Amino acid sequence: MMRETFVATTTALLDEDPRTAVVLADISADAFGPAMRRHPDRVLNVGIREQLMTGVAGGLALTGLRPYVHSYAPFVVDRAYEQIKLDFGHQDTGAVLVSIGASYDGAAEGYTHQSPGDVALLDTLDGWTVHVPGHRDEVSAMLRNAAHHDDRVYVRLALQENSRAYPDAGLLRVMKRGGPLVVAVGPMLDPVLEATRDLDVTVAYTHTPRPLDVDGLRLLTEGEVVLVEPYLSGTSARQVSAALSGVPHRALHLGVGRAEVRRYGTWRDHARAHGLDAAGLRASISGFLG
Amino acid sequence: MTVTALPTDRLRHLLRRITGDEKHAPSAHSTLDVLWVLYDRILRISPETADEPDRDRFLLSKGHGPAAYYAVLAAKGFIPESWLDHLGTWDSPLGHHPDRMLIPGVEVGTGSLGHGLGLGVGVALGLRAQGFADTRTVVLLGDAELDEGANHEAIAYAAAIRLPITAVVIDNQSATHGWPGGIAARFPGWIAAVVDGRDQDGLEQTLARRHDRPNVVVATVEPKRG
Repeated sequence: MMRETFVATTTALLDEDPRTAVVLADISADAFGPAMRRHPDRVLNVGIREQLMTGVAGGLALTGLRPYVHSYAPFVVDRAYEQIKLDFGHQDTGAVLVSIGASYDGAAEGYTHQSPGDVALLDTLDGWTVHVPGHRDEVSAMLRNAAHHDDRVYVRLALQENSRAYPDAGLLRVMKRGGPLVVAVGPMLDPVLEATRDLDVTVAYTHTPRPLDVDGLRLLTEGEVVLVEPYLSGTSARQVSAALSGVPHRALHLGVGRAEVRRYGTWRDHARAHGLDAAGLRASISGFLG
Repeated sequence: MTVTALPTDRLRHLLRRITGDEKHAPSAHSTLDVLWVLYDRILRISPETADEPDRDRFLLSKGHGPAAYYAVLAAKGFIPESWLDHLGTWDSPLGHHPDRMLIPGVEVGTGSLGHGLGLGVGVALGLRAQGFADTRTVVLLGDAELDEGANHEAIAYAAAIRLPITAVVIDNQSATHGWPGGIAARFPGWIAAVVDGRDQDGLEQTLARRHDRPNVVVATVEPKRG
């Protein structure tokens, strides 16, 4: 699972790079136990205090360390949004925020544990790179690359995974060539490929939607473009519109709906409810392309 | 250490350049004496060492009403005195809240209340992790700022891990609902002292003490008017 890869990679980084620090708010504290025993000064669990988790990371960054900050997406992004805005960006520092839970991995936990809006929230701020891995084997390189600089990075881990990893998909990677462009972000690749198996479309994949590969998007778009994202639908509408400004095009944005789904179940149930399973995607894409 | 008494005329002059206010004495600025004692007698920071990794860290958490801060920074040579004349204007690096990216010697940009103590805990932890055991971290807050819940996350955590960090709370009774039982009682597990925020020698004595766990100095000044 992506979460285990995150713990293993970050634990290794703590051993290799004295700049690495980890700040937790109880979530995953047990998994980081061995690392905490080896590096008690650089693995910090502040308790159930997400504002403090983020503020402490900002302070660590001010002294030159590289903090990795981790919790469920609604707690690391939604809850501490102002700390993200002011304790990193306004101070001109950065951190690596690593979330689990994604949009609705916490399906049985309910809406309190879900964050479909995390990427949209970070889009209000400057300078965030957003990674949305589609496979556990894409995670390690993201975390390791982030250790080499001080920029602001968000890594959005999910339960849903594609059958194969494409570590080189930082820019749009063409998976299938044909007619109108369908862009799949992170774990949306497999359902998109299944949904478009017998459709004449081009499918491109990326695990790094911010910054969006605007050059690739312009190159691959011929009139129609469909964005399929595993978070709030339309999150990338501004980026797509800017990338294609001056180019006549029609766009369809698929993702998680705004209306709260007051049901439990699993992430599969919620993917279906939001039309993000293969059948739902096929219906939407076919309807749009006509 | 060479100590300088609060150069009243000098700071009055600098403050007047900021505020254009002829009437109010320096005592109108609640933080002035604490800031002067910190910069003149306590902290190991100077314009020449403002980027040294082991310099002492001062974080003005409350950010509001930074005139006294700017005056002290000018008096100590961190910023030119000419900067004080056009506060908050397009061409001025000095805003109504300080920005660390614009002002030499300013460690954090603040203004939204309740951010400084969490950042300060992180700074202290970062310094400790890098072996700067002698470096102090001092955070200045206001009594009304303590309303913000984020402070209490930092207060509890710093006590739990016995982190040596110093908080100074300027108490001018500006918190809307007050702090019945006193401000020091809101810092359980911290070493607490309540001192006269206008008594520079008393402030120096209290602030000079080093502790092996967090300490808070409540500096009381005249109640805020209006």
